Amino acid sequence: MMPFKCNAEVRGNEKITGDIWRLTLEVPALARVASPGQFVMAKGSKGSGPPLWRRPLSIHQVLDDARIQLLIKVVGPGTEFIAGRRPGETISLVGPLGRGFVLPEQSGNVCIVGGGVGTAPLFYLTSRLLGGSVKPESVKVFLGGATATDIMVLAKDFKALGAPVEIATDDGSAGYHGLVTELLNRLEPGKSWRVYSCGPHPMMKTVALYCLDRQWPCQVSLETLMACGISACLGCAVPGRGPTGLAGGGGYLHVCKEGPVFEAGEVAWEL
Amino acid sequence: MGIVDDRLQVDIAGGLQLNNPIMTASGTFGYGNEFSNFVDLDRLGAIIVKGISLKPRPGNPPPRIVETSCGMLNAIGLENVGLDNFISEKMPFLRKIKAPVIVNILGDSLEEYQTLSEKLNDTSGISAIEVNISCPNVKRGGVAFGTDPAMVFQVTESVKSRTSRPVIVKLSPNVTDITATAQAAEDGGADAISLINTLLGMAVDHRARRPRLANIVGGLSGPAIKPVALRMVWQAANVVRIPVIGIGGIMTVEDVLEFMIAGASAVQIGTANLIEPDTTEKVLDGLLDYVEQNGGRPIREIIGTLQTG
Ligand SMILES: Cc1cc2nc3c(=O)[nH]c(=O)nc-3n(C[C@H](O)[C@H](O)[C@H](O)COP(=O)(O)OP(=O)(O)OC[C@H]3O[C@@H](n4cnc5c(N)ncnc54)[C@H](O)[C@@H]3O)c2cc1C
Ligand SMILES: Cc1cc2nc3c(=O)[nH]c(=O)nc-3n(C[C@H](O)[C@H](O)[C@H](O)COP(=O)(O)O)c2cc1C
Ligand code: FES
Repeated sequence: MMPFKCNAEVRGNEKITGDIWRLTLEVPALARVASPGQFVMAKGSKGSGPPLWRRPLSIHQVLDDARIQLLIKVVGPGTEFIAGRRPGETISLVGPLGRGFVLPEQSGNVCIVGGGVGTAPLFYLTSRLLGGSVKPESVKVFLGGATATDIMVLAKDFKALGAPVEIATDDGSAGYHGLVTELLNRLEPGKSWRVYSCGPHPMMKTVALYCLDRQWPCQVSLETLMACGISACLGCAVPGRGPTGLAGGGGYLHVCKEGPVFEAGEVAWEL
Repeated sequence: MGIVDDRLQVDIAGGLQLNNPIMTASGTFGYGNEFSNFVDLDRLGAIIVKGISLKPRPGNPPPRIVETSCGMLNAIGLENVGLDNFISEKMPFLRKIKAPVIVNILGDSLEEYQTLSEKLNDTSGISAIEVNISCPNVKRGGVAFGTDPAMVFQVTESVKSRTSRPVIVKLSPNVTDITATAQAAEDGGADAISLINTLLGMAVDHRARRPRLANIVGGLSGPAIKPVALRMVWQAANVVRIPVIGIGGIMTVEDVLEFMIAGASAVQIGTANLIEPDTTEKVLDGLLDYVEQNGGRPIREIIGTLQTG
């Protein structure tokens, strides 16, 4: 699906925690074609800015083939502008962008590992998985956050999809006291797991290496700074592995084009 | 677009006539196909593709880009697929586009520029060559050629001697006197000059006390550089007789008019493509409106009409 530019009307704006918002946008052309793991470039200013660049945001959920939702953590001027849009206002989007998650063809055990607002694309993924070949009892969702309020609303939403959820918080205010990646040890080692992950880079690195060790299929969704999102600037490079990767004598992967979702083994994590 | 509107036509390099003065700047428009869903590529004045070297280049380590006040810094490091892959993988698509295709080349040595020019001369579907002598990103290469008038002359002359295609020399703004390098390009036989390439800059993360680019320094582009670009276009246009192509921070049709009044025969749009991928076509529509609102006078009549008296 070729990306296009469109205006989306804000239908709802829900405060999740102090600095995380969920926007519901009416944009059928995008909702019909967006697959889990894909993202949009949203304009983060009125008129010609600042900020100049659009801001990459994952597709958090698709409703009735007509609306998309974005989960936005306010970290600077762009996200502040976007998260501040009220119902009736419009936002300019370019999308759908990037290569999303590859869904399994057969049933099997699936583990979802999300950290903070990185959980955004995993929600759409999980609802698609459960709507397809994957049974709720063979899914585990591990969600991590700094503190309970960061993650409780999202945990509830995942549970509403029918997925069993386990939580880890840095301060121990809910669930396991520690890193979400430590929950991976709760997966029965005898079984094979298909793992999907998105969150802070160090978290994904741990997940990726854990899975590579066990030869479990693992897909991660990476984040980089992006100027365009449409593979024009080549700014979103990460070191790759294999024949086309840097570690294989080749070069860089481009997160907006070959990603944002990669197989764990495609990324040169040590670089 | 059905019929060509001759009121928008301009002449640039070596008798190359463009249907309109709106071109894309190298490195901001991929190889064209990335934009086929946003812009009717056939309508553009010309498409200038990402800079090509003889061998593929992997580019610089990340972070490669950072946003700055009204602009951005990039240190992509001239990542590109290399000449052979460009010809076999990218040219088939580009040949189908009605707009002229201009190939931007870069090299580490005079020999690399020469070989590139020769090989491109044997490739069909290329309307002109733009020579990047100025990219500040690569530690060897670019900088040295573009900052020294004698070397600008040498590169221009050696490219010209290897190709029958029109040659546009793209000047670096990282010089004290742009008229010296502009003159050197003309003396070397350039059919046109384009300017400006990015301005060398830097951004610092004060918390981490680290540069924001892995390469430490990078090229500044976007609206932030427009006043510098306008000044240099005006100065260069005053000393050379060949057409000048204006580049730097163009976002709107008003920006295009400013560059043309300052002396540009045509313009290139860069950073704006990254933000609004349909910029080139929007600006083109705006230019047509401008012509119509001004009694249908051809746009070329405003070139170099700056009133300084
Ligand atoms: C493919 C992709 C999907 C994303 N999905 C979401 C999402 O669903 N929800 C969400 O809230 N955010 C998401 N992000 C991150 C979001 O794009 C950034 O937080 C946003 O661009 C910041 O813009 P700003 O103007 O608010 O802050 P800025 O002022 O631009 O940035 C604030 C700080 O964060 C740093 N920063 C910004 N972006 C990144 C990044 N990508 N990696 C590392 N550091 C960064 C900046 O250097 C700065 O220090 C995604 C990013 C990518 C690449
Ligand atoms: C991401 C990026 C990549 C670029 N790559 C090239 C390149 O390969 N060759 C070149 O001659 N100029 C390159 N440029 C410079 C632009 O073509 C242009 O001269 C400059 O960005 C100023 O125009 P602007 O302000 O409209 O972007 C690049 C610029 C950017 C932002
Ligand atoms: S963000 Fe521009 S190429 Fe990926």
